[in-house]
Amino acid sequence: MRNITHLRLHEKAIIKGFTDEILSVKLMEMGCLPGTEISLELIAPWGDPVAIEVAGYHLSLRKSEASSVLIED
Amino acid sequence: MASKADLKIALVGNPNSGKSTLFNLLTGLKQKTGNFPGVTVDKKSGSLKLPDGRIAELTDLPGTYSIYPKTLDEQIVQEVLLNQQHAQHPDVIIVVADATNLKRNLLLFTQIRDLNIPCVLVLNMIDLAEKKRLRFDLRSLSIDLGVKIIAINSHSGLGVEVLKNALTEELKVPKKPFYPVKQLANDTIDEIKAKFELADDYRAYQYAQQSAKLHFLSEDERRKIEEIKSKTGFYDVPTQSQEVLGRYTLISETVDRNLKSDEAKGLSLSQKADKIITHKFFGYAIFAAILLLIFQAIFAWSEWPMTLIENIMASLSSAVSEALPEGVLSNLITDGIIAGLAGVVVFIPQIALLFGFISLLEESGYMSRAVFLMDRVMRAFGLNGKSVVPLVSGMACAIPAIMATRNIDSWKDRLITIFVTPFMSCSARLPVYTLLIALVVPEQEVLGFMNLQGLVLTGLYLLGIIAAILSAWVMKFILKTKQRGYFIMELPTYKVPQWKNVLLTIYEKSRTFVFEAGKVIVAISIILWVLASYGPGEDFDRAEEVVKAEMPNATDEEIDNAISAYELEHSYAGLFGKFIEPTIRPLGYDWKIGIALITSFAAREVFVGTISTIYSIGADEEDELTIKEKLSKEVNPRTGEKMYTPALGFSLMVFYAFAMQCMSTLAVVYRETKGWKWPVLQTIYMSAVAYLAALLTYNIFS
Repeated sequence: MRNITHLRLHEKAIIKGFTDEILSVKLMEMGCLPGTEISLELIAPWGDPVAIEVAGYHLSLRKSEASSVLIED
Repeated sequence: MASKADLKIALVGNPNSGKSTLFNLLTGLKQKTGNFPGVTVDKKSGSLKLPDGRIAELTDLPGTYSIYPKTLDEQIVQEVLLNQQHAQHPDVIIVVADATNLKRNLLLFTQIRDLNIPCVLVLNMIDLAEKKRLRFDLRSLSIDLGVKIIAINSHSGLGVEVLKNALTEELKVPKKPFYPVKQLANDTIDEIKAKFELADDYRAYQYAQQSAKLHFLSEDERRKIEEIKSKTGFYDVPTQSQEVLGRYTLISETVDRNLKSDEAKGLSLSQKADKIITHKFFGYAIFAAILLLIFQAIFAWSEWPMTLIENIMASLSSAVSEALPEGVLSNLITDGIIAGLAGVVVFIPQIALLFGFISLLEESGYMSRAVFLMDRVMRAFGLNGKSVVPLVSGMACAIPAIMATRNIDSWKDRLITIFVTPFMSCSARLPVYTLLIALVVPEQEVLGFMNLQGLVLTGLYLLGIIAAILSAWVMKFILKTKQRGYFIMELPTYKVPQWKNVLLTIYEKSRTFVFEAGKVIVAISIILWVLASYGPGEDFDRAEEVVKAEMPNATDEEIDNAISAYELEHSYAGLFGKFIEPTIRPLGYDWKIGIALITSFAAREVFVGTISTIYSIGADEEDELTIKEKLSKEVNPRTGEKMYTPALGFSLMVFYAFAMQCMSTLAVVYRETKGWKWPVLQTIYMSAVAYLAALLTYNIFS
């Protein structure tokens, strides 16, 4: 199953689900809802953290957090 | 102030929604920073005169994305809104939403709306939304959401008068909740409503969701909620998840109905800027350049206002001593109070500049990029990207810096940041450094463009940074924790900073510094003056006799000076200094410096004031020398040579770079960690590092 860390820079994807329940609530509050289109927009030096575009703004998260967000193939 | 207000208003909104700008616009200079009772969250409140003549007390609550708090700062929002007995519990809420990102901003709005407290919705940054070609049907949106909506451009102030007028009218509470939360937990809500006599479903639901965090409820009451929850089968996280999904579905429908967008796609200016600002080479280069610029500015630009302030205080001192008859009162005012006061006000230029820069970085949106850029690096040392803000602010003052750690969600990361932040060279060390550098480092050029004194100063700052990072790295292995931290953070679009906000921050922080630190410093100056002017037993009173017997052939002036020195040596202060002299002699210090070490435990900058008080007591009344001149004249009685040698100077500088020496920091660490364990450990650790480092330095240079 692919997650955000598998995306290439500027690649778009649709959120499918989460692997971490507590984290998922916080991500959903920030607009990362299942079915939402996101794209990977920034990767910090050393590959971590990353920033995605979601719901019209940029959200940064650590690689470990990004890997809990599953995307549609 | 709270009792005088006719109306209590709270400002609530997402971070970066322009909430503080609106707060500044509404209250202007009529604002103050205090604390929420019982917790150390900054409470920004101000008064506002409404068009109908009533006075409203406006409280700016910390920015949050939802009513479920992730950090300590955010918890206060939930506390104020849910506890109806809270002193700040509002009569009216202004919810500020960023019009360019309406859906996400409405999540918090709908949660607050469902608590049934009268509210208005402010659509802020309406100008930016227009630029993005977003067109709202405000009237229809207002009907759908059930509240008044006011579009505001907080840059130009457009719409603010409309908002003030709206606050004079009676705001109706909508009859139906926006999101029917009852369907999620029917029985739980009914039972809690009955038990606590609550009227609103969502309030009761929040009691269930947040039972562990509601400190205004008693243990018993919280246990009762737990019982109800387990009886009715209520599970926090899955229910919260359903709630968020449900709200967003409704919000999406509502917004899509009332918002037309023909937003042009393509890379925005912010996105282009981010490519460079978070670049693996340019990103760090820009960050380093900004830090360098801040230091340069603080040292170069603050020099002339500081000299000016010093001169004003010196002439004030001589004016007072001329105007008043010679005696105890005149001495107390000039050598005690004015000397101490001078030590406080001379900092204002540096504090103002530093807070100005920090506020600029935050206003522009750069600060969150610095956090993004530094997170991976900081994590290697047991810190967190968000530690960058406290560590950088620590260069102004550890107190606001330690309070700024509340944005760090992980307790371990936060504790480490709190522990190491006082190592960062704060502005209170600056007067100590500048004085000692001017004394022992010659003013000369290095490599043709750098100033040797400036280099030494930079070295001292680096020393602090290295100590902080190494200590953090060690603590990473010592501290164990099960709690996990998050790093979910918005990267706001870049904005042109608003000068009014920056200036207000500068004014507010400088004022707090002068009054908070000033009180301590002036009090200590007076105590010190008493201790240095009086002494126990006969030794002190017999000064004149002893000196005259010892120096039968001296001139009157020599005798006067000898008497003053003899008196100081036998005063209470002198005795304290002598008591600790054996401990500090290996570092090169004498009992006079010992006195300064003791008094400056209250605050580092007191060192300069103390030294100047000590030497002015023994000085000639007529010429008001600057402290530097007094010190360079000081002779070491044991060697007969200059007292302030480079070895002593460097040893003192290193000591002050590492030692805790700040009561206010101790107090704030106590409050933030809720106990004496950490502040005590921190003091012992820092003092030990300082002592050993100073010992090493003294032996290397002498």
